[in-house]
Amino acid sequence: MSTMTIIQMYVFVLAAFTGFLTISRIPPLLHTPLMAATNAVSGISLVASLILAGAKVGVLPTVLGTIAVACAMTNVVGGFLITDRMLAMFKHDTKGASRANKS
Amino acid sequence: MNSLIETAYLAASVMFIFALRSLGRPETARRGMHLAAAGMAIAIVATLLQQRIVSYEWIAVGSAIGAIAGYPLGMWVPMTAMPQRIALSHAFGAMAATLVGVGEYWHSLHTGTLQTFQVGALGFEVLLGSLTVTGSLMAFGKLQEVLPGRPITFRGQNVMNLSILAAGFAALVWVIVAPTAESAFFGMVGIGLAVGILMVLPIGGADMPVVVSLLNSYAGLASCATGFATDNNILIIVGALDGASGLILSIIMSKAMNRSFANVLFGAFGSTPEASAQSAAGGEMSAVAPDDAALRLAFAKQVVVVPGYGLAVAQAQHQARELGEEIEKRGGEVRYAIHPVAGRMPGHMNVLLAEAGVPYNKLIEMDDINEKFPETDVALVVGANDVVNPAARTNPASPIYGMPILKVSDAKSTIVLKRGRGTGFSGVENDLFFAPKTSMLFGDAKQSLTNLVTEVKAA
Repeated sequence: MSTMTIIQMYVFVLAAFTGFLTISRIPPLLHTPLMAATNAVSGISLVASLILAGAKVGVLPTVLGTIAVACAMTNVVGGFLITDRMLAMFKHDTKGASRANKS
Repeated sequence: MNSLIETAYLAASVMFIFALRSLGRPETARRGMHLAAAGMAIAIVATLLQQRIVSYEWIAVGSAIGAIAGYPLGMWVPMTAMPQRIALSHAFGAMAATLVGVGEYWHSLHTGTLQTFQVGALGFEVLLGSLTVTGSLMAFGKLQEVLPGRPITFRGQNVMNLSILAAGFAALVWVIVAPTAESAFFGMVGIGLAVGILMVLPIGGADMPVVVSLLNSYAGLASCATGFATDNNILIIVGALDGASGLILSIIMSKAMNRSFANVLFGAFGSTPEASAQSAAGGEMSAVAPDDAALRLAFAKQVVVVPGYGLAVAQAQHQARELGEEIEKRGGEVRYAIHPVAGRMPGHMNVLLAEAGVPYNKLIEMDDINEKFPETDVALVVGANDVVNPAARTNPASPIYGMPILKVSDAKSTIVLKRGRGTGFSGVENDLFFAPKTSMLFGDAKQSLTNLVTEVKAA
């Protein structure tokens, strides 16, 4: 294994650790938006797809890259839109909360 | 230029992590996702500056198709269809990872630059990616009911599936040892696709929350492997976050269903209902007329609504919200008890009720609401069954024994809205329905709730 690989391992382990800590704090209330959000963010594979589609290294890689760009872009566009649509629905009822506090 | 691109990736990664942190609270969640979208835009622009990219025409074509396909998937899909929508997008994500893996392998093979570690990462990516593609499509089919939702099993199935999976790993080892073994690499893609189908085949529709969460994790790990293969840190980071998220959710789901991972994946629950699960209580269900039920709700001080999957199937969340509002107008307090597996994916019921206009501070999680049941005048169970079955606490012979449940039987009285007299998906009789404190209101959930609204208004 090269030094590069070792550094990548560090990145992976620390990111996974950060992920566990951050995501464990998300309440069940928001678990569906969380899944939609991770879907949107996982559209980051677009980054690798763009390079393959634009690198002009042969017909097969370009075709595969273009399809990959389409798939990843679908997740980016659809994922962020649906997460936002969902989160916009979560409303706090101030009137009801004050009543609950009184009782 | 390269350090500029790397800095942009770093900034985007930090923004993604902050976005996940904001998702911890409903007030900050939306702003957080806007931050994540900005991070995504930065990452995309930075990538377009990469030196490896020499032509933009196919990038434009792919992006346009993706944007056109993504818009309806974001704006038009109804909230009840969220589970299959998420399953479908796992398939897209995994498809992108798999195709990149194949493309990069082919490119490196033909330029003679294949290295052992890179091939290992690409192989892992392609194997995991391809099984996630077909697995997610199967989950989508079962949830959308294009495919039969019941488990499909046959003799020797687990042995066969595990052997095929083992063959996949053997092929992976082969390409790592002999990187130029093209046939082994492409054979692995085929095996991955087959494993995805065979793996989900024996899993029933009701277990899909675990499967969808697990596939989320696989899709994340596949993009992680892409990051290792193409020396791209942002892919490693996001893949790891995604993998962690999927794993945490599948563990939560398994616990809430009282099952181990292995049991969900290999158990084919529901295909063999256990005979020992007969109800010990016996007795008769006592039916109640809508007007009597409405009177009790109208004069109750504390009402807890317990929505189950039946509510979502009947599309009755708007009627439930309306009934709650009518009771509140008369001075009662209405809260909603949310079991972790209510609905068809983690947190699904919260979204359905939020869509119907129920404020999220009235949606109470299982552990918090369970303390409140003894003070509850009426618990209104709508289309929920196993998640309120007291046998989970009292009857060690029951297959659902040990499963965390909503302690509805602690409430002063209970009204159960139920389609018919049958059992839940696990085939277990529910003692709650036979309890003296419980009244059954039979019929379609939506129709029953509409009747209750009318009667409460008139009361």
